[in-house]
Amino acid sequence: MSDQLTQKVLAVIATTQRVPPEKVTIDSRFEELGIDSMDGVNILFALENEFDITIPDEAAKQIRDVRQMVEGVRGLVERRAG
Amino acid sequence: MVQRRVAVTGIGVVSALGGDTCQFWKALREGRPGIAPFESPELSSLRFSRAAETRGFDPCAHFQEKQIDFLDRFAQFAVVAARQAVLQSGIEWTGELRENTAVITGCCVGGQSTQDTGFVDLYRLGRNRVHPLSIPRVMSSAGASHISMEMGLSGPVYTVSTACSSASHALGQAFWMVRAGQADMAIAGGSEAPFSYGILKAWEAMRVVSPDTCRPFSRNRSGMILGEGGAMMVLEPLEAAQARGATVLGEITGFGMSSDAAHITQPSASGAAKAMRLALRDAGIPPEAVGYINAHGTGTIANDVSETSAIRSVFGAHAGRLAVSSTKSMHGHALGAAGALELAATLLALHHGILPPTANFAEPDPECDLDVIPNRARCQAVEYALSNSFAFGGLNAVLAVRA
Repeated sequence: MSDQLTQKVLAVIATTQRVPPEKVTIDSRFEELGIDSMDGVNILFALENEFDITIPDEAAKQIRDVRQMVEGVRGLVERRAG
Repeated sequence: MVQRRVAVTGIGVVSALGGDTCQFWKALREGRPGIAPFESPELSSLRFSRAAETRGFDPCAHFQEKQIDFLDRFAQFAVVAARQAVLQSGIEWTGELRENTAVITGCCVGGQSTQDTGFVDLYRLGRNRVHPLSIPRVMSSAGASHISMEMGLSGPVYTVSTACSSASHALGQAFWMVRAGQADMAIAGGSEAPFSYGILKAWEAMRVVSPDTCRPFSRNRSGMILGEGGAMMVLEPLEAAQARGATVLGEITGFGMSSDAAHITQPSASGAAKAMRLALRDAGIPPEAVGYINAHGTGTIANDVSETSAIRSVFGAHAGRLAVSSTKSMHGHALGAAGALELAATLLALHHGILPPTANFAEPDPECDLDVIPNRARCQAVEYALSNSFAFGGLNAVLAVRA
């Protein structure tokens, strides 16, 4: 099961990493998608633009997989809305 | 072909540690960083707030107003550092020497503040024109040209731009030219002035700059701290220096370079190790002869682990007996000037028999298990040392020096 925010994050990852959308799932590990540290920074930049959020460096450093990326974005979007 | 020994007879430095070489060395010896909050309030919106700025540098103290119009800050640093180096070397110029002197500088980003001002005029203020001297101020070879013009040096003059290895590549090329007799003298080094809003935002986006300070090889390191400044050195054949009674501050004895051929930002230990091996081979010394390494030591997670592994692979058991420090912890990472600031630090360390520390060191990292001279300088006579530069894009340059 997957909500709209999750779908949007997965789509941003797929677009930025230039991989087919069906390859990116909530359980994907960065290594599977060929995401290295510079790619990760690139994706964070795309997510900041997509969701109009600022992802702090400290939070960025903790992110190790797609699920953490989705939850991180969700937290920032909710905080902004709240 | 007979290879000449190459002496360094002058060292000029403008940096966050002060406006001249004496202040630079005093701060390094005392383990005192030049890292502080940005002076300009305009930069307070950045995610990082600290840098190694060359505070108190007053262009009017060094140049006439008319000259300043032609000189971006990075070129000012280059000229001022070159003047210091030449003054210390005590050169007496002749027409022939001027014709056979090379000027080789390193610079990564060129005249950023000039470029930024032009873009602000166009895009923010809606003006229709930028300053007509923008192009000659922005070009990263401007520092070399101004040194050449001011001193009347008409030998080979050029600038190397290999990101954070620029100055080391420039110094290595100058060393080879003097050694081979292609130039009778060289003024070489690097300068950089990267503190404009546009480029700092780009560094912010890369997420490699520390929010507090630069702690190379420390477990809690959190990234690099950007720096600015310039360092220039006078290189000449040892015999010529001795013949004219100059004070020899040290010798450059080897240069090695390599490319990782791997990743545009992630360093590879094998590329770094290759450059160190080639520098040792070029110097004709075994690894065991080296007593000190001035590390690239940026304070990023990736560099410091990779550099440690490279040093271990080159030096084997001797790595445990080596003293290694990163002076970036004090003068910051001055990009295209970094290699020159660090070679200056290395030569001064050997000359004075004092090894500068890695400042801001808090806790050991098992993945960076070298003797990094934490926080306090060490009195230790060392004959041979290396100065490492490993740039983004995998471009490695290592210089070997002797006291």
